[in-house]
Amino acid sequence: MGKTLLKKVWDLHTVRQLPTGQTQLFIGLHLVHEVTSPQAFDALRQRGWKVARPDRTFATVDHIIPTVERKRPFLDVIAEDMIASLERNCRDFGVRLAGLDDDRQGIVHVIGPELGLTQPGMTIACGDSHTSTHGAFGSVAFGIGTSQVRDVLASQCLALEPLKVRRIRVTGTLPRGVYAKDVILEIIQRLGVRGGTGYAYEYAGDTVERMTMDERMTMCNMSIEGGARVGYVNPDETTFEYLKGRPFAPPGDAFERATEWWRSIASDADAVYDDEVEIRASELKPVVTWGVNPGQSIAIDERVPAPDEVDEPQAVSDALDYMGLEPGRPIAGMKVDVAFIGSCTNARLSDLREAARIVKGKHVAPHVKALVVPGSVGVSQAAEREGLDAVFRAAGFEWRGAGCSMCLGMNPDKLQGNQVCAASSNRNFKGRQGSPTGRTLLMSPAMVAAAAVAGKVVDVREFVN
Amino acid sequence: MGSITRIQGRALPLRGDDIDTDRIMPARFLVGVSFEGLEKHVFEDDRKAAVRPHNRHPFDVGHYQGATVLIVNSNFGCGSSREHAPQGLHRWGIEAVIGESFAEIFFGNAVMIGMPCVTAAPADVRTLMDLVEKNPKAEVAIDIAAGTCVAPDFRCTVSLPPNVRDAFTSGAWDTTAMLLDHYEQVDSTAAKLPYVAGF
Repeated sequence: MGKTLLKKVWDLHTVRQLPTGQTQLFIGLHLVHEVTSPQAFDALRQRGWKVARPDRTFATVDHIIPTVERKRPFLDVIAEDMIASLERNCRDFGVRLAGLDDDRQGIVHVIGPELGLTQPGMTIACGDSHTSTHGAFGSVAFGIGTSQVRDVLASQCLALEPLKVRRIRVTGTLPRGVYAKDVILEIIQRLGVRGGTGYAYEYAGDTVERMTMDERMTMCNMSIEGGARVGYVNPDETTFEYLKGRPFAPPGDAFERATEWWRSIASDADAVYDDEVEIRASELKPVVTWGVNPGQSIAIDERVPAPDEVDEPQAVSDALDYMGLEPGRPIAGMKVDVAFIGSCTNARLSDLREAARIVKGKHVAPHVKALVVPGSVGVSQAAEREGLDAVFRAAGFEWRGAGCSMCLGMNPDKLQGNQVCAASSNRNFKGRQGSPTGRTLLMSPAMVAAAAVAGKVVDVREFVN
Repeated sequence: MGSITRIQGRALPLRGDDIDTDRIMPARFLVGVSFEGLEKHVFEDDRKAAVRPHNRHPFDVGHYQGATVLIVNSNFGCGSSREHAPQGLHRWGIEAVIGESFAEIFFGNAVMIGMPCVTAAPADVRTLMDLVEKNPKAEVAIDIAAGTCVAPDFRCTVSLPPNVRDAFTSGAWDTTAMLLDHYEQVDSTAAKLPYVAGF
């Protein structure tokens, strides 16, 4: 009987069974950022511990940094303190840091892959739930809390319970104007925001096999929104091609040896899964969320639900009320105030290219504030080399510095009052984008671009044909 | 670290599925280098939104002040991995959470700080919520080892994964020391990994 990638990687990284019965798992790469690490470094100081494997630890700044003016010190003194604290911690403990003045800086889940730090067969941990992104490379990547960040810093290990595996096979050709973002939103809608609890999601099928690494990252990124802490795609030629020549990828002959090993850790053809789900790509349409969790979504040509026709009337009525939506109205035509293209879900070069293609020669609607926040300095520079920044600026978008920005509003980029935001990010929770009454509509970056131009939610398929 | 076997006290029912950690602890309160003072901001935006007197947020209802047991519905703590959420609840005074189900990262974070999140059948959770809403002074006792939750005229089974239950009852829920034990095994596991060895 064959094994899944999850099982192979899990077994290779198992140090021992702990007295509690949990597995002690070695972590091959620990990514660190400014928000979830200060208390963990303090705990190490208090107990006189060192960072066990600085050579397997890499830090950057992303969550709180301003995207307009990056000059130090920041106006926000607490934000300044957090960045200074990460710099001090990295210096004291010998951890590599891609700081604000470093060309490698960016959202932690964008730079890991971009630098070639993220590789197939690794276990990866980071104090951020979207660590599942790295699974796109065939690694097993966990989002963790600060106490677990302390554990990984001190021991390079985590104490974990094993996961079941659900294979989600996506087959067929995606229609024009339908993207990886729509596929994952559809999966979350069908399986529910709790459906993945206790599971790792393995994304497979010919649609996924044809996806670029950027697209696979978008899929894996949002696994956690479906309740699955881990999501992954088996590594293949697309993965190896992406990694070749990256700064931290194996150099020279070592790359060939690495490729051989990477192939060996992919799920076997006869692997047995705890559950299997099929999705037909050709039936999909652009998806938009209408509610306050990423599972509350519909296709662009559908109507939002009415509480009296659903199983969870209270939850639906509460969500519609928060969103200011009348029951049963079409989602198309909903007015948007802000358009945000950014986040670890959709701020890579291919996302910006696709959005730029939509806005080229057009202009953002007069009432819309539109911004593009590239996922990393690397993405930003590559986009500028292609002239994408000029396309966005000419269309009335603001072109910002790299960071998490308005995905979670921990820096000055926040919604105001009950503004409606068309967002390429990952969460439409109440208050998520920095205003306690702000409203988020999740969609693909191309859909955000189209909404920015139209000033309302529209079907991007009308723009791309 | 001490063992955690029994949590007893008044309870606070918080209705709703899929309550995410952004609601429990809005992101602006994550700006800071310590967890101190987070108890002041638990559910801050939800509490401000629930302004009408008959609609007061449970965390602002006088009867529930001093509660040590939080009662929730399903998928509590979904979304962001921010430990600030369970930290805030714990610092507010919550010592255990009983619910229909929990999101995985939140559950793990709560274990790490010694706040058990036990699950019970949906019908039992609803009955317990009703009971506490009618009688906020009711004492609720969760016995971790026995796997029970007892309140006046109420008793139900609660569960934790066996490993987690044993970690609480034996006092082994603080994992760092355990992970640092036998460190030579960590080095030997790592050395066998091709990518650590440099291919």
